[in-house]
Amino acid sequence: MSTNSLFSLNSALYEKRKGVYPKAITGFYRRLKWIIMAVTLTIYYVTPWLRWDRGPYAPDQAVLVDLANRRFYMFSVEIWPQEFYYVAGMLIMAGIGLFLVTSAVGRAWCGYACPQTVWTDLFVHVERFIDGDRNAQIKLARAPLSPAKLARRSTKYAIWLAIAVATGGAWIFYFADAPTLFAAFVQGEAAFVAYATVGVLTATTFVLGGFMREQVCIYMCPWPRIQTAMLDEKSLIVTYKDWRGEPRTQGLKRTIEADYPVESIASQLQPKAARTGDCIDCNQCVAVCPTGIDIRQGPQLGCITCALCIDACDKVMLQIGRPRGLIDYATLDDAVVEKAGGTATPVIKTLLRPRTLIYFALWAGIGIAMLFSLGERARLDISIDPDRNPRFVQLSDGQVRNSYTVKLRNMEARPRTVDVTLSGLPGAVLWTESGSRDAASTSVRLALQPDAATKVRMFVAAPASGPAQSRYQIVAVPTDGVPGTNTARPAEASVTFERPEASR
Amino acid sequence: MAHKHIDEATGTPTVGHEWDGIEELDTPLPRWWLITFILCIVFAVGYVIFYPAIPLANSATPGTLGWSSRGDLAKEMAADTSRRAPVFKAIAITPLAQLPANPALLAQAIEGGRAAFKVHCVQCHGAGAAGSVGYPNLNDDDWLWGGDLGAIEHTLINGIRNPDYDETRNSQMPAFGEILGNAEIEAVITHVRSLSGLEKPSLAGATVFADNCAACHGENGKGNRDLGAPNIADSIWLYGGDRKTLKHTITYARGGVMPRWNARLNPVTIKMLAAYVHSLGGGEAGPPPVPAEVAEASTRVDE
Repeated sequence: MSTNSLFSLNSALYEKRKGVYPKAITGFYRRLKWIIMAVTLTIYYVTPWLRWDRGPYAPDQAVLVDLANRRFYMFSVEIWPQEFYYVAGMLIMAGIGLFLVTSAVGRAWCGYACPQTVWTDLFVHVERFIDGDRNAQIKLARAPLSPAKLARRSTKYAIWLAIAVATGGAWIFYFADAPTLFAAFVQGEAAFVAYATVGVLTATTFVLGGFMREQVCIYMCPWPRIQTAMLDEKSLIVTYKDWRGEPRTQGLKRTIEADYPVESIASQLQPKAARTGDCIDCNQCVAVCPTGIDIRQGPQLGCITCALCIDACDKVMLQIGRPRGLIDYATLDDAVVEKAGGTATPVIKTLLRPRTLIYFALWAGIGIAMLFSLGERARLDISIDPDRNPRFVQLSDGQVRNSYTVKLRNMEARPRTVDVTLSGLPGAVLWTESGSRDAASTSVRLALQPDAATKVRMFVAAPASGPAQSRYQIVAVPTDGVPGTNTARPAEASVTFERPEASR
Repeated sequence: MAHKHIDEATGTPTVGHEWDGIEELDTPLPRWWLITFILCIVFAVGYVIFYPAIPLANSATPGTLGWSSRGDLAKEMAADTSRRAPVFKAIAITPLAQLPANPALLAQAIEGGRAAFKVHCVQCHGAGAAGSVGYPNLNDDDWLWGGDLGAIEHTLINGIRNPDYDETRNSQMPAFGEILGNAEIEAVITHVRSLSGLEKPSLAGATVFADNCAACHGENGKGNRDLGAPNIADSIWLYGGDRKTLKHTITYARGGVMPRWNARLNPVTIKMLAAYVHSLGGGEAGPPPVPAEVAEASTRVDE
């Protein structure tokens, strides 16, 4: 270990990670964490395998980010790149949702739902399964390398690695047809980027979940800083009620002594003991903490508010016959009130305060607006790009022609037929590249490919007499829409017809 | 280093400065951070060895891998050339008249022609192919030598009025300043302008026209594409339809020149250019195609 001795020449240069060996615990918050872990991991691993029938012209994967074809499918919703504002809206909702959750219940995201927390939790359970609980883990860590230790270590790493591969592997299925990609992947025929993505995500899962753990939260992640700034005096955070716990006693016995009536001889002889708090300094809150902090030092950056210390402390309080909640969710305002002997505000009242209600209204408003516009959005769209060079063409019979590149976007997963009709330009006719002016009229029927943009070159000829620029309309009327629904809604474009300035 | 002040609240040494009672903690880095930092330095050393890195007077140190951005470009260009090769091959073996029967291949030919046009044709015909005085507008429906695919390709291959090239499209309008008198020229100008309704008909001009011009431009002034004689009865003027310009045209004659492109471009590019020019809006239908085996060439190359 020559590098280590080199490093320790100056002991202040770095600090070795202090091992954190969280003790197993049961309780309300542990059960809640189990449920959230099961739900989030199931969503993550299973979602790409869900099927959703969209007919023969679109993929049948329920959730698919089809980057190659620039389509985003989410159950019945299909989003085209120009509709990306729906994704932006979802991100804004996620942001406001974080404000809402943080102002209400503090860093609940960190404690329960953050992938770093969920996967670390999973890895910790694997570790416990192989190495035993806290004490056995500490013992094993201190033990010299032996075949038994090597066997345990390699078993643990193998399971971690398997989880990491599954995690990295699941990610790529969101971007391609999952069964096809899975078959190609195991046969070694998938694209290089698929293997590279799985490789990188396997490595990050393995390292961040197995070794970095709380270092990610404390040193790497910006959220703790941001969320800390979003907390206020009315946010529920994991709190050690020092006014109830202090001064600490060294064990159960003296706590019971402390409960002797004040007039007892013992308490008169030991006036100090009469005022001991509920904390018996059993260190269970520290032992169960996945980030290795001591919550009794107050709110701190290292606390991800996973609430496992609440479970641990409640258990001890039950054993020594004291009321639960020496460590509990409480607001800073509650702390002041309770310290002065008052009763804390009921939780429901803390949650329903103007700040959280405004966040909720904003969050819900954006969601409802997006749902409404999703239902109302057009699935047929026309955009007309006029030729700018030349803006118009003099035809031999004296008329003037304008040329356009027309894009018809059929966002439904079926072939469609539309009549593209011109109106508001007297004497004008239109035709496309496959037609001819001789057979032209004010309308042309076009077949649109399913779930695609059809690009057509279109020509409009009109008499030369008239203003240099006249506005007119081009409308694409579906011939196959269901009346009364937005599939029957025509797509309209306003176009300018250009003529030579000096008309004869 | 010896006597560091230790902050009481955190137990961490301070860096030793103090500003109005505010001190800075000297919190040690996590070990993994330091290791990452050292690995970055190791990476940088490797990078300098393997890749071009240190700037010298004229270039940089080459690096042992021999990588260069120019080499990358050459590789990408080569890859793109081989990507396009099947399309070029398909266009090469498909007769031009058969191209419209294969819309996908036609679209690719038009795009290829658009690119080639921007390089070789815009100097005279303009970026939008709208031409200018003396250089025909290729968007309109008026063609001097013919506007179907075959005629356009023929013009492209052989050019117009190329000296020393027998196959070139050729014709020459006489300079009538040496043949007609001033009054006759003025009269025929009136007649020519009357053909497209710009002036009232002139009987004298009609006679001059019938005697001198109708041989090439036709009795009604509709032109003759075999001779490249313009239709002068329509609304399109190559050099201008006002009296002054027409007087110059008739007195001194006109005759534009276009290079023959078979000397510079390969047949596939010329074919693509013909398809592009034909697609601009004025393209005419060719003679009915003779039944021939349509080339079954693969047209989809990407995706």
